[in-house]
Amino acid sequence: MKVRVLVRPKSGILDPQGEAVRRALPALGFEGVKTVHIGRLVEMEVDSADEVEGMCKRLLANPTIEEYEWEVVQ
Amino acid sequence: MRVGVTVFPGSNCDRDALYAVERAGAIPVELWHADADLRGADAVVVPGGFSYGDYLRPGAIARFAKVMGPLEEFAKSGGPVLGVCNGFQVLTEAHLLPGALLRNATMRFVCRRVRARVEATDTPWTSLLERGEELALPVAHNEGNYFADERTLRVLEDEGRVVLRYLENPNGSLNDVAGICGPGRNVVGLMPHPERVSDDALGSDAGLRVFESVLRFVGARV
Repeated sequence: MKVRVLVRPKSGILDPQGEAVRRALPALGFEGVKTVHIGRLVEMEVDSADEVEGMCKRLLANPTIEEYEWEVVQ
Repeated sequence: MRVGVTVFPGSNCDRDALYAVERAGAIPVELWHADADLRGADAVVVPGGFSYGDYLRPGAIARFAKVMGPLEEFAKSGGPVLGVCNGFQVLTEAHLLPGALLRNATMRFVCRRVRARVEATDTPWTSLLERGEELALPVAHNEGNYFADERTLRVLEDEGRVVLRYLENPNGSLNDVAGICGPGRNVVGLMPHPERVSDDALGSDAGLRVFESVLRFVGARV
């Protein structure tokens, strides 16, 4: 099955990447962008979803600075 | 006295660290990432670089290398461990040090000498430094922006575990943190590179005392 994991900076954590993009968008003429947060998308094919939570906690995300969510997509 | 230096694929300060160890008067011991033990090392340096290409997050993959098993045991039993730059990132990922190192607030890789103040000398790696002493140390990193939640940061400050503090913060780190130690004080993480200033031929030997400190610590313990 296919699993999609979304990892992103916890709210309140400085996200310099997102901030740089937020500032770049108006420079290209895209107005009205209030916030930009940049995370990471991990797509995996796995035999079972049983271990996905553990994978997120131990490796895919760093719980000190990131939050994650995952879903079985197929 | 033997000081081990771990080598992961992508480490690039390992030779410098081995050189500094030797210059301080210890026997340098290379520890390959796939080693199952620490080859009798009395202290271990986790050097800088881009272990495993910094894939996922800096230090995230190295933390699961085989050599990290014995290293974690060594650290938990009080053995002196120093993480420099990427090594600091590895030690936070391994939960041997609290917090995390985020992308520099400037979004720029910073590579220059910065001034920093020694804040704690009661660690195996800083005992020959003087509290309040100012050092000019090289930094070279993209993710050196120290972050910890408010509570953790308060504990670090209350317990005097900020070992080194920037006088000119190059990366946005909270409380100008340049280096910290763990609760047992034996595990130290520094973003600046003492091994890169371990010989006057490199422009300064201000960092050599970090390695001489651990020699004295281990010598006194034997």
